[in-house]
Amino acid sequence: MTFFLQMLVTGIVVGSVYALVALGFVLIYKSSDAINFAQGEFLLIGTYVCLTLITAYNIPFIAALLMALMFSAVLGFAIERIVLRPFIGEPVISMIMATIGLSSVLAGIVHIIWGHETRVFPRIFSEQPVKLGEIVIAPVYLWSLLIVVAMLIIFTLFFKYSKLGIAMRATADDQQAAMSMGISVKMIFAVAWAIAAIVSAVGGILLGNINGVNASLSAIGLKVLPVAILGGLDSIPGAIIGGLIIGILESLTGGYLDPLVGGGLKEVMPFVILVFILMFKPYGLFGKKEIERV
Amino acid sequence: MRNPFVMDCGEFHVNYKQDMAIWKISRVRMRVFILLAIFAVFPMFASDYIVGLATLCGIAAIGAIGLNILTGFTGQISIGVGAFLGVGGYTSAILTAKLGLSFWIAMPTAGIVTAIVGGLFGLPSLRLKGLYLAIATLAAQVIILFVISRWDALTGGTAGMVLSRPELGSFVFYSERSYYYLMFVVLIITAAFTLNLFRSRVGRAFIAVRDRDVAAEVMGIDLFKYKVLAFIVSSFFVGIAGALLGHYTMVVSPELYSITVSIEYLAIILVGGLGSVFGSIYGAVFITLLPVVLRSGVEMMSGIFPDLSAVLIGMKEVVFGLVIILFLIYEPQGLAKIWKNIKDYFKLWPFSY
Repeated sequence: MTFFLQMLVTGIVVGSVYALVALGFVLIYKSSDAINFAQGEFLLIGTYVCLTLITAYNIPFIAALLMALMFSAVLGFAIERIVLRPFIGEPVISMIMATIGLSSVLAGIVHIIWGHETRVFPRIFSEQPVKLGEIVIAPVYLWSLLIVVAMLIIFTLFFKYSKLGIAMRATADDQQAAMSMGISVKMIFAVAWAIAAIVSAVGGILLGNINGVNASLSAIGLKVLPVAILGGLDSIPGAIIGGLIIGILESLTGGYLDPLVGGGLKEVMPFVILVFILMFKPYGLFGKKEIERV
Repeated sequence: MRNPFVMDCGEFHVNYKQDMAIWKISRVRMRVFILLAIFAVFPMFASDYIVGLATLCGIAAIGAIGLNILTGFTGQISIGVGAFLGVGGYTSAILTAKLGLSFWIAMPTAGIVTAIVGGLFGLPSLRLKGLYLAIATLAAQVIILFVISRWDALTGGTAGMVLSRPELGSFVFYSERSYYYLMFVVLIITAAFTLNLFRSRVGRAFIAVRDRDVAAEVMGIDLFKYKVLAFIVSSFFVGIAGALLGHYTMVVSPELYSITVSIEYLAIILVGGLGSVFGSIYGAVFITLLPVVLRSGVEMMSGIFPDLSAVLIGMKEVVFGLVIILFLIYEPQGLAKIWKNIKDYFKLWPFSY
């Protein structure tokens, strides 16, 4: 039972990070109907920038974090403007390939600048494990969970009450109507990309603290795809619930089934569940059904 | 005698037969045969290295034509080609190495097995569209690769399997040249089949599904049947390409069929031209040669910038991504369209106004 709870807690923590990164994915899809296969590279770049600021320039963690987030926002803005703008309204395959191309470019740049070896974040959170009843949790997990929950709450409030957030929801709902109400749709797209880059960077920095940083961190970008699809591409609550489901499933599979088959099932399980659910709910759990007319 | 290289200037078709003809005018046929003859004799004069590269290009072209049937002509995005190549390669490996069957049985069987697997993963395509389908095929990629790397008894696990070159009687396709001719024949059959497929009812149904599947259904096209059929036909050729590639490199292992391969194939049909058979071939040549050209470029420059070779891997990725993005922005219809533009220019030259 303790083992189960332990796995559950790990799953919830990792799942909440997935949810955060998937949030960026969903945001971009909702506002501009674009999908971003380069999410994993956004995450990687944000993490590396933060790490470099800490280790090479001895900047304290919080300041480095804020600077990395600002850098990510600028990167998101720039990429939306330079690469993605021509693809608005283009077929899905163009969009997919454009962002795949983008991810290849970014991954190449990361290889050139930072190389391949795994780097470790300096200790930021204390190492004294926290005991909750019988289960033991590393503080970094606890902090991750807290930060993610805080970010999710901030974004929920942002979408509900701030002017920009309401404008973003309006754009997602109907671009033309939003434009006629005086909302700059281009601005909204740029903000969506900037926010996506920011949340990925936060996710990356948290995961980097847990597992160390190397280029394989960008594989999270692929893992977030089933999360976003599972919840429904255009649903923010869907992204959060999908993230938790996939995180917990992954952790439980890793704990119980992997020893039976010799490892690796953990990475595949999200996709198996995904195919299964898509058979019954083709637009994910909470996605909006599209009605087509000839 | 009229010059065989004179361009056709304006096609005036007066009946459906002419409109459907594969050679629009008879001189084109002549030109195509001359081109084929050039490609048939060129290995006699080229070095083994060049012939080997040409073989790789050709095998990639076979797989790309297969993918183009699905993605370019039928509009169903697939990010699972890498794994389907693997299914083809492994089927052929298991049949020849474990069961001792001949390559000439194993290659078509590899195509058929891949077609079945492809059809199976194509089943959700009726309900899933666009991005959701793309992710479902991505799931196919991950699941198939997992099965391949974990089913040790059958596939040899992560270590992979060793294959032998095909034999015909006492002749073994061991030299680069002989394998080139094997690939060449398969490529011609694939291209001819695909060109003709899209002159038939089935091919036109595929195109109708791509253009607007709801409208196609209203016109009496059985969507489920044709979408799954597209997956089956496409995967067949991808499987054949996988088998050819496996016997050429003489090794199959899971990391040869990763998602990068899927992306590379998508890049091939995109750079070549979606929905164009010849485009798939141009694209295959372009993407296969890109890293080779880049490497020799870096080697030439290494005298001036000695650090350049250290960043080669990263640079490959950057250039690969840039090529995709630039093609998408400036010529979304790919090399096939560029080639057509050049031809159109010379049709009217020197009076092109």
